[in-house]
Amino acid sequence: MNARRKTVIAALSALALALTACGGSGGSTSNSGSSSKAEFNAAMNKVFNASDKKGGTIKYADESAPDSVDPGDTYYGSQWDMIRNWGRSLTMFKVAPGDASNELVGDLADGLGKASDNAKTWTYKLRSGLKYEDGTPITSKDVKYAVERSTAKEVHPDGPAYFDTMLNWPAGWKGAYLSKGMNTDSAITTPDDLTIVFHLKAPFAGFDYLAMTPQTIPVPQAKDTGAKYKEHVISSGPYKFDSYQDAKGYVLVRNDQWDQSTDANRKALPDRIEMSMNVNAEDIDNRIIAGDLDVAVTGVGVTPATQTRVLSDPNLKARADNPTLGRFQYVSINPTVKPFDNIECRKAVMYGMDKTAYQTAYGGEFAGGELASNLMPPVIPGQQKFNMYETPDSKGDEAKAKDALTKCGFPNGFSTNITFRTERPKEKAAAEAFQQSLAKIGIKLTPKGFPRKDYFSTYAGNPPYVVKNNLGLVVNSWGADWNDGFGFLSQIVDSRVIRDTGGSSNTSVRIPEVDKLLDQASVELDKSKREALWVEIDKKVMEQAVIYPGLWAKTLMVRGQNLTNVFVNDQYGMYDYLSLGKP
Amino acid sequence: MIAYIIRRLLAAAGTLFVVSVLTFGIFYMFPRLAGATPETLASRYVGRSATAETVKATANALGFYDPVTVQYWHWAKGIFVGADYNLGTGVEHCPAPCLGYSFISRTPVWPDLLDRFPVTLSLAIGASVLWLAGGLAVGVLSALRRGTVLDRTAMMVALAGVSMPIFWTGLMALSFFSYRWGLFPGGGSYVAFTENPIRWAYALMLPWITLAFLFSAQYARLTRAGMLETMNEDFIRTARAKGLVERDVVVKHGLRAALTPILTIFGLDFGLLIGGAVLTENVFSLNGLGKYAVIGISDQDMPKIMGVTLVAAFFIVLSNLVVDLLYAFVDPRVRLK
Repeated sequence: MNARRKTVIAALSALALALTACGGSGGSTSNSGSSSKAEFNAAMNKVFNASDKKGGTIKYADESAPDSVDPGDTYYGSQWDMIRNWGRSLTMFKVAPGDASNELVGDLADGLGKASDNAKTWTYKLRSGLKYEDGTPITSKDVKYAVERSTAKEVHPDGPAYFDTMLNWPAGWKGAYLSKGMNTDSAITTPDDLTIVFHLKAPFAGFDYLAMTPQTIPVPQAKDTGAKYKEHVISSGPYKFDSYQDAKGYVLVRNDQWDQSTDANRKALPDRIEMSMNVNAEDIDNRIIAGDLDVAVTGVGVTPATQTRVLSDPNLKARADNPTLGRFQYVSINPTVKPFDNIECRKAVMYGMDKTAYQTAYGGEFAGGELASNLMPPVIPGQQKFNMYETPDSKGDEAKAKDALTKCGFPNGFSTNITFRTERPKEKAAAEAFQQSLAKIGIKLTPKGFPRKDYFSTYAGNPPYVVKNNLGLVVNSWGADWNDGFGFLSQIVDSRVIRDTGGSSNTSVRIPEVDKLLDQASVELDKSKREALWVEIDKKVMEQAVIYPGLWAKTLMVRGQNLTNVFVNDQYGMYDYLSLGKP
Repeated sequence: MIAYIIRRLLAAAGTLFVVSVLTFGIFYMFPRLAGATPETLASRYVGRSATAETVKATANALGFYDPVTVQYWHWAKGIFVGADYNLGTGVEHCPAPCLGYSFISRTPVWPDLLDRFPVTLSLAIGASVLWLAGGLAVGVLSALRRGTVLDRTAMMVALAGVSMPIFWTGLMALSFFSYRWGLFPGGGSYVAFTENPIRWAYALMLPWITLAFLFSAQYARLTRAGMLETMNEDFIRTARAKGLVERDVVVKHGLRAALTPILTIFGLDFGLLIGGAVLTENVFSLNGLGKYAVIGISDQDMPKIMGVTLVAAFFIVLSNLVVDLLYAFVDPRVRLK
């Protein structure tokens, strides 16, 4: 993933994800109201400059372009945040600062789904009075069609694959276009215009999370133009497209068919929203600081040059926020590569590495992240922080590391390779930090760069290649599709996602007990029991020393000069784009 | 003259053919030689959630299972007769000249190039006028005032202009002239000439000046060197002896004789600029061909890269042809044959 992009990582397998709505206790902070005093982190866990004033134009800029504005074809976190302006999905995360945003509420649906048949069937009731921008009513059939078309990966290649793999599609189903006209009632039924029922292949207690994805934003079949739909997406939200130019930008204006009485989640304050794409990143920072621009939509934070400026200028720092994200920077320690098949050799890495050097490689405390001692970041509900491999000031413990090396039969160290993605300078710097740190205890690392696009499919995530090429350590990174224990952990600790053909982010965790706990957690309806299971999984992985936890990522963002209702949405790890207004 | 032009046009067509083959080969053949399979190539276009089946189907639709020569033939044919692409919901016809179809942005390349070309052309024309005027003027003055404070200062500024990278001067210019002092609009402010000529010029003034600062330095030094050589020639002494005013001696006789190498370099520079002033367009967030090339490279979107490469090659060849024709007007000794 481009270090400058906040990309939501795809989950490729059919594994169950999350459970029902959560609110956590571990690692999260409460919403303490609002504030209008400009200070560092003024928009964290509270609303900065609260106001209900309507009007004005909010200007956004993107240093590249989103994957798509088509709700069936997007997987970027910033897009999922933004798309709620022109699309309403069945459920959504509560629009509130702090851990309140972890709660799911109904959006198009009047509430969360009703599970039946042991959570294999999920029923949603749409609100009445919902209309598209052209005044035609929104029906459950439109939601069904939206989900169907999202499975057409030859036309909509981006977007998650949960619905593809979890719904009970008929045999031979190839998506809405190649299987046009096929009866899909085995997967989705619409008994009436306001009711939609999903039928799953296997029980899944967390279906409300899937209902939250943009793929449930309704699409009128008669107006679907496939790959060209992004040129005019039909709005179901408070704004509609006034113009759209691919890779250049778009303008949103008010959708006069949107009824506020059907939508308690949105304030829809600005009259107009302007988005410019492919704008130089440094220019975006300068324009936000100068007041010429309001929001850097990707939410990845300021550039390194601007970071220095912001942190050293008290006035600018007072306009900055530094949220912790649901993103985890780590290094996989592969037990399939000798001598890492011996746990003591893996522990040597855990004790030998200077974690502060890792943090420096990623940009330091503010732009890099918080030192991680285990897997789950603090924003994951239920997270517990613990440290099984404490070292003085997190700078490594040579004595303990050498002791571990002696126990594993290599008192003078050994040689292996560490991989990184060549397009990511921070990963390269992290690999070099590992090289320098572990050299002190005799472990000789050779950094090897591989292209991002094929990193997991062909190289670091391809088990035969890993063994053949002695890739003992893999610089890795993971961000969940949403902040939830199962959604965060499953793709990086479940051994069943590892394929000999490659492609998985999990390169090192093969613990049968962890697999069992994941299965147990996926159907556990009790929140506190579920959270305890996630912590147990976290601990079991750390005990085996197959993942070196590096950082819980943070980002440094600057608030626009003239904005109201600014707050960081913990789910997206960036400002909430539904609430913003103009003074 | 006509025969000469026809010969040059045929040679230009040959050059473009070679460029297209080389570019196509680099982007489609080299990955194969490095071990990429049709599925690996197709994986760029299918997103993260794609199944193996989808990847294979995409590789098939994009023709990756065909030999590279066949793929090139299909692409080249599209330039003359258009091409059809299956998008899943139907077949989209890409009319001639079809320079390829981007399966990442799901749009034909040619309309994108046409849409972005005016931006790059505006940037190139404005900047070239400024750098020619500025470079020639400074070069002439420096040559005439050789060894003076003016000459030394001008050459130092020229050296600075050539030495400072545009991504730095551009950002500095924006930072001070746009955001701090509010004298010019910021990045991304481009307005089409047909929409509002005054705002068009105002929005482009800072990119023009920044780009011209870089290029005029080279032209100032070139002009100075050429003038120093020319002004010592016998025919200059004769012109003065005949009683011509100094301005005519310098401009009509001295500068004109020194123009030939400047024209040559200008042809290359202008052609290259039309192909995409990548750094300038990126710094000032101008949606021109250079920016398009960056998007193509970033996305590894081969059709976009092919399209920009061909357009750039075309304009380099064209501008060199125009320069060669201009030689005949600038230097009466040149006969085009």
